[in-house]
Amino acid sequence: MTEIDPEKLNVAPGEPHSDILSETVAYVIGLGLALGLTAISFWVASTSSLWGPGVAVGLVVLAIAQMGVHLVFFLHITSGPDNTNNVLALAFGVLVVFLVMIGTIWIMEHMNENMMPGPEITNLQMQH
Amino acid sequence: MTNEAATIGLTHGASEDTGLGHRGPESKSIVVPYGFWLFVLSDMVLFSALFATYATLAHATDGGPTSNQLFDRNLVAVETLALLISSFTCGLAMIAAKRGNMLWTQGWLLVTGLLGAVFLFIELYEFATMIGEGAGPQRSAFLSAFFTLVGCHGAHVTVGLLWIGTMMAQIWAKGFREHIMRRLLCLSVFWHALDIIWVAIFTIVYLIGTLP
Amino acid sequence: MFGKLTWDAIPFHDPIPLVTSLVVILVVLGVGIWVWRNGWWPALYHGYITSTDHKKIGIMYIVLALLMLVRGFADAIMMRLQQSLAIGASQGYLPPEHYNQIFSAHGTIMIFFVAMPFVIGFMNFVVPLQLGVRDVAFPTMNNVSFWLTASGALLVNISLFLGEFSRTGWLAYPPLSELEFSPGVGVDYYLVALQISGVGTVLTAVNFVTTILKTRAPGMSYLRMPVFCWTSLASNLIILAAFPVLTVSLALLMLDRYLGFHFFTNDGGGNSMLYMNLIWVWGHPEVYILVLPAFGIYSEVAATFSGKPLFGYRSMVFATMVICIVSLMVWLHHFFTMGAGANINAIFGIASMIIGIPTGVKIYNWLFTMYGGRVRFTVPMYYLIGFMLTFVGGGLTGVLLAIPPVDFVVHNSLFLVAHFHHVIIGGVVFALMAGYTYWFPKAFGFTLDERLGKMICWCWFIGFHLAFMPLYVIGFWGGTRRLQHISDPSWAPWLNVALLGAVIIGVGIVLTVVQLLYSIKTRDQRRDVTGDPWDGRTLEWLTLSPPPHYNFAVLPDVHGEEAYWIRKQTAIKQDALIDEPDYQPIEMPIDTPTGVICAFFASLCGFAVIWHIWWLAILGLVGAFAVFVWYAWQDEHEHIIPVEEVRANARERRRIRMEHLHTLSQST
Repeated sequence: MTEIDPEKLNVAPGEPHSDILSETVAYVIGLGLALGLTAISFWVASTSSLWGPGVAVGLVVLAIAQMGVHLVFFLHITSGPDNTNNVLALAFGVLVVFLVMIGTIWIMEHMNENMMPGPEITNLQMQH
Repeated sequence: MTNEAATIGLTHGASEDTGLGHRGPESKSIVVPYGFWLFVLSDMVLFSALFATYATLAHATDGGPTSNQLFDRNLVAVETLALLISSFTCGLAMIAAKRGNMLWTQGWLLVTGLLGAVFLFIELYEFATMIGEGAGPQRSAFLSAFFTLVGCHGAHVTVGLLWIGTMMAQIWAKGFREHIMRRLLCLSVFWHALDIIWVAIFTIVYLIGTLP
Repeated sequence: MFGKLTWDAIPFHDPIPLVTSLVVILVVLGVGIWVWRNGWWPALYHGYITSTDHKKIGIMYIVLALLMLVRGFADAIMMRLQQSLAIGASQGYLPPEHYNQIFSAHGTIMIFFVAMPFVIGFMNFVVPLQLGVRDVAFPTMNNVSFWLTASGALLVNISLFLGEFSRTGWLAYPPLSELEFSPGVGVDYYLVALQISGVGTVLTAVNFVTTILKTRAPGMSYLRMPVFCWTSLASNLIILAAFPVLTVSLALLMLDRYLGFHFFTNDGGGNSMLYMNLIWVWGHPEVYILVLPAFGIYSEVAATFSGKPLFGYRSMVFATMVICIVSLMVWLHHFFTMGAGANINAIFGIASMIIGIPTGVKIYNWLFTMYGGRVRFTVPMYYLIGFMLTFVGGGLTGVLLAIPPVDFVVHNSLFLVAHFHHVIIGGVVFALMAGYTYWFPKAFGFTLDERLGKMICWCWFIGFHLAFMPLYVIGFWGGTRRLQHISDPSWAPWLNVALLGAVIIGVGIVLTVVQLLYSIKTRDQRRDVTGDPWDGRTLEWLTLSPPPHYNFAVLPDVHGEEAYWIRKQTAIKQDALIDEPDYQPIEMPIDTPTGVICAFFASLCGFAVIWHIWWLAILGLVGAFAVFVWYAWQDEHEHIIPVEEVRANARERRRIRMEHLHTLSQST
């Protein structure tokens, strides 16, 4: 059996709860929530009853919610003191992901606008 | 003093306990999954770079096929269900393993692997179809980015399947020893992380990418 | 059958690489035979090659770094010579296609195979000792990391006699690095070598962040860790954040080259600017990966040789972590001129200037550490002072470059080249030389010759300034980087001064070799008997030199900052060591050939990918995977060191320390 920290000062990420029932319940709830959120995502993407530009934002929010469900219910990342190191590492990872994605998108959008060859030149390239 | 603690040399009690992490080195069951968690986070950064690339090149279709023309949401829905349920069955396998139940552990691991294989099959089918239609990765920058992002995830799933197979063999041959359990824990973290990445992929690439 | 590999790959028509290759091969063979004749191979195999001991792995990293320094420096001297000769009508002795390989190799080797291994080597050797533990969190993975780095270095060196190296600079910008403009194998050597060693580096980062956060001696809370451990933590966090982006950038370029993808090509919708963005997302944090541990070394040296605790420990820690985070937010300053526009340039310019603030805090802290202390002018202290005089200048030119309009004038000029050498040599290289001198006795049991050490320091200090200050001037005059030919003869005197500087650095490097050989020969005169030759303040000086495999018989109890200093002062005051503890047998990881065999297959696979020998590539991959599975299948990964051995070593240490203690307490 995996030895669990006897003084409960540190928990391995993903370590299942000691109580089998609570562990199973967590997984079932997690699955339910994730299925629900997924279904809503697919619906949001295909419906015309939402304001256009808001749809993309809504989908991103739903995706983040789903990731949260995975982290909490499947990976047991909580805000307890025994999870501090895990949460800090996750926070660092999220920061880097954010910087890389937003930074690149923001920079490249400007680069494309300022520096990419205009349609005339691109058309010329395509003509051969 | 457990054998575990002796391994990393903690041979006497902690001095004035001043909070987290002062009791001496943590045991392997904490250290190994934490290290693996760090690796998973670095993998997330890898995917973020691929996502950033995809976002930059999403419209660089070079007059070729666009995302609206190519992606089939129904297939994606099936893939998503397969992977999500496989995350659930992976969790069930962990629970069975904690109870030392060989039959159910192997069973749930097998189901997890099969669902993963279903996911991969559909993805490969999608890729083959697209390539057959002339929408392969060499057609345009957008397609290069698509195939690389989704393909990289698929490659990770493939590695995961190999790992599941290896774990099933190891559990069968050696039982539920400490180090086997640690590896199983790492595998489950890996598998859940893959599903997290998939959430991002199906949202950004397949859903947002096919909005009217 | 052999892909693109033919007899033409051997540079029969290029005298320089041909002769160099022959010399290198002969030297390597010669050394191998000399080692064999002396019967040293078994000791090398068991003691180093298969070792999972962080100290041995650290030493191997530094040996690799020093060997590659010779190659990287040879490239530098060749460039200086070419620029001094090829002025006006003369074309020098290096044709452009050769010169371009040399500056590309110089940068690639110096960053990836000299600076990185040297820094990682120090972190390996020192961090577990300073944390008061027996090894890193994942010792076998540590061994694998080293051999993957060595594999990358090997591939870069093979390019000397089989094929060519890349001509596209140390970052291989597309579209020049795309297949259309670089059809040869050069860029492939570059890409494959860096991908393989990159895996090793990321594994190192996982190892060290886990070690520092999860395995420390009892009582060592975060704010009792030595500053070198804090900087190692920050550096490894940056590696985790940045290296995956490097992996992606290089992988995308490989996909373009090997499978005809269109990420960065001119046609098909590719966007080469995206590569610049991604590679610098990695590239800027990379320099902080190097400089933060260097700052950590300076902190240790400043405190030890001023005889005072480090000034402003908490502000030092805070500044380190601030630099860690902000270093991830400044990368666009490497391509202000690419056209993102004024707003983006302004934001990144301001961020780049802000990062100078915590760095300044650190400089003040070191200065105030020295102030009021009893400063001992040993070789490491020389380097600290040299660093403070040098690095600040380089940092100032950096703040200058952070201003976008200024950067528009001097971007990619020799001004830039002078700036980054200014900070890297003043900041990183001086620290590495200081650390080398400082920790050498701990590793080998005797100190290096002090007089030669000071001469080497002067060579670096004078040589560096002569070599690079002229470049600032020429840069302002419009001299761009990477010039194979100089058309303006008025630059000649400046370039000649630069050449002189490079020669003086070369003398310093030769003297380093001389110092090592001489110190080994006369080692009995400078034995480190007590294990504490510098009156140190951190836990590595608690052990004998060299420490036993398991570092400490019993993990030390830590009661405050500067754990060892407190313990030492208490012992001196009481004229007694702590009570003899209860010794236990110690479990340590076994040695394993996993790392070297995995790296062998990785090299095979890499070589095959470069030359398009597909069956061999698959064989290499399968082999590497098989070794890994074989290793994972083993049940026994540890061995036990019997308590008698632990007790005997510990008692010997206590005996020596008691003697030393009597001497110390008599003199106070």
